[in-house]
Amino acid sequence: MSQIRVVLPFHLRNLAHVGNEITVSVADPVTVSSILDAIELAYPVLKGTIREHQTHKRRAFLRFFACAEDISLEPPTETLPEPISSGREPFLIIGAIAGG
Amino acid sequence: MSQVRVLVGSKKGAFVCTADGQRKDWKIEGPFFGGWEIYHAKGSPVDPNRIYVSQSSGWFGQIIQRSDDGGKTWNPPGSAPEDLVSAQGWPQGESNKFTYEGETGTHLWYDGTPHPWEFKRVWHLEPSLTDADVVYAGVEDAALFQSKDAGTTWSELSGLRQHTTGKDWQPGAGGMCLHTILIDPTAPNRIWVAISAAGCFRTDDGGLTWKPTNKGLVSSFMPNPEAEVGHCVHRIASHASKPNTLYMQKHWDVMRSDDSGDNWTKVSGNLPCDFGFPIDVHAHKPETIYVVPIKSDGEHFPPEGKLRVYRSKTGGNEWEALTNGLPQQDCYVNVLRDAMAVDSLDDCGIYFGTTGGQVYVSADGGDNWSAINEHFPSVLSVEVQTLR
Repeated sequence: MSQIRVVLPFHLRNLAHVGNEITVSVADPVTVSSILDAIELAYPVLKGTIREHQTHKRRAFLRFFACAEDISLEPPTETLPEPISSGREPFLIIGAIAGG
Repeated sequence: MSQVRVLVGSKKGAFVCTADGQRKDWKIEGPFFGGWEIYHAKGSPVDPNRIYVSQSSGWFGQIIQRSDDGGKTWNPPGSAPEDLVSAQGWPQGESNKFTYEGETGTHLWYDGTPHPWEFKRVWHLEPSLTDADVVYAGVEDAALFQSKDAGTTWSELSGLRQHTTGKDWQPGAGGMCLHTILIDPTAPNRIWVAISAAGCFRTDDGGLTWKPTNKGLVSSFMPNPEAEVGHCVHRIASHASKPNTLYMQKHWDVMRSDDSGDNWTKVSGNLPCDFGFPIDVHAHKPETIYVVPIKSDGEHFPPEGKLRVYRSKTGGNEWEALTNGLPQQDCYVNVLRDAMAVDSLDDCGIYFGTTGGQVYVSADGGDNWSAINEHFPSVLSVEVQTLR
């Protein structure tokens, strides 16, 4: 199991009652899907807030970043880079910026 | 000593306002769920300490919150540690899971083409009149859901959406939302709902089957202005002592039915304008009703810049303007459909909130008004609980 660091958007931190960063245990291979599975297992209140309940479609205004790359449109089953799986870099879930 | 608790849903959080029976000095708590849109908050008439909240966001979707201590603390239902993981080890967390039953099917999109039903948010929560664990949710795209476990899980009462006319329903400008749920206090299996822009529907069997109840409504924007469905009903209301008499604020027209919605007649009478969103009924006088006229569907602000509640003591047709304490110049706010409520103190209190962030109260049935607060975020909903 890999210990994956994840940074959540402000509102989801509040919802899950966690700080800036969480760590979840993820079995290899580490992918977006397996990280989200682990987040939802550890914090069920976040189910449906990052991806849709049934389709697992990413919510439109959220983006996924790994190693400074926007990987939101990559297949969610693709293996993530070593800095993420080793825990050197956090996996970022970011809310799209909107003004007003 | 009697108390009232006003639940304000706004575009940026929820607020709980409390006062004694005088309704002059207010304590305001919040924002709860700061930054989220609170479409609706409503307490259970069975257990006033139990309050349900619809919390939503374009980013993160739908959340249901529940308080069991009158709004002091909140949790998504079923989020106690022992509830979070099932016996199989899977995360539960399904209080925000609203899944349409059976074939999802399609309704009509704005351009008249078929469009799949897609859940977007909960507009309205209606707690049962007899069981604090039972609550109904009106959602967009229009459907009615029920929870029997205090909001922990939800199932659709699919007979409504699967009505033969469902495929022909079309959204209004605000989306295709089920925004009003009225439960008959004398016959719990009888429920009315209102949908923009499909119209009003009634079930007499607890939600298994539904009947459109729109006869008498005329909507000039429709190809057939008197069609069975397609009317943009903004709100319906009734009084507990006369549940078969219904009042309606339609897109245009204020309407009344005295036969449970089977037939409607126009009671706009001498209103300066009969466009508007909310309508409500005095707690002790079933023929005394309130609306807030808005200039037009294209100009969502009060006529002449004067914020006026109109009251009819005759169940419609004859209306009087209530202005004392309300801004009578340069006022350009709107009052949304779920943003008016009445308490049940002896001298009935009337409450409404505006898109400008004001929440007003009248402790004397509408004669005089004062602001509970003038600087909330844009108000989406107002409910009041009378605590004795």
